[in-house]
Amino acid sequence: MRWYWIDRFVEFESGRQAKAIKCISLAEDHLHDHFSYYPMIPHSLVIEGLAQTAGLLVGEFNHFREKVVLAKVPKIAFYCEATPGDVLTYCAKIEYIKDVGAMAAVSSHKGDVPHAEGELVFAHLNEPRLGSLFDPATFLRMMCLLGAYDVGRAADGSKLQPPPHLLRALYAGNCEGN
Amino acid sequence: MPTKDEVFEKIQAALVDALGVDEEDVKPEATLVGDLGAESIDFLDIVFRLEKGFNIKIPQGELMPEDVLKDTRYVVDGKVTEAGLAELRQRMPYANLDEFAQNPVVQDFTKLFTVADLCRFVEGKVGATE
Repeated sequence: MRWYWIDRFVEFESGRQAKAIKCISLAEDHLHDHFSYYPMIPHSLVIEGLAQTAGLLVGEFNHFREKVVLAKVPKIAFYCEATPGDVLTYCAKIEYIKDVGAMAAVSSHKGDVPHAEGELVFAHLNEPRLGSLFDPATFLRMMCLLGAYDVGRAADGSKLQPPPHLLRALYAGNCEGN
Repeated sequence: MPTKDEVFEKIQAALVDALGVDEEDVKPEATLVGDLGAESIDFLDIVFRLEKGFNIKIPQGELMPEDVLKDTRYVVDGKVTEAGLAELRQRMPYANLDEFAQNPVVQDFTKLFTVADLCRFVEGKVGATE
């Protein structure tokens, strides 16, 4: 199982903002019980999707060399429900990035209708004992799968490119697999 | 330059947003950890909001000189030494460390930090007027 709560990036501006879409389908198991006669995406999973949109944006800024974790949700408000058939557009704008972490303003819309908005704080974990929280190549696969490099732009406006060290990690993994 | 009252109002708003507390709970004598429930990650959030709200830069360790608390020259058996207290007083002129100095257990360091301390820190950074 993969913990993907966004389907595709539609915009990705390095160090600034990203937009991703989430298509809600009745095929998603959790909707069968949330709720039986009124399926709607749980707000916690919307927050997770917003955190993935913003977290990948924050991580990309430092070429995924920092261990970025969602540390805090200072503010989140929901204005309506999202049900099967809805397409949510998640938007994340970086408010701040420092050595120790980052803050992003996030929002979710159903078409033009505001669905949710809030703020997310991410921490950079520099504790060496933690080692690598994720296989570096995982980020590259995730970014590719979600189309970040198809729509992404670097800070100078050029096409967003995968960090060389992630490409090397992916290549090394593929060679080991063969 | 903002007045001290304006600094307090902005800090009050920042703490309400960062900690989810009521405005009336943010009094000068309130401690951030004990009274307002701040946890370590909240200090990161608070620093973000202060930097944005006052258009200032707060380098890591300036508000809370944590390096002193990890320095074996200044900490023995989990307590800050006299030399460590002197270093903290020199680095944190905005904080009242008298109560902490009575039993300077490192883990209690952030617990005594008050809203008034935070205001004095920002007032010094922005050159606030009366």
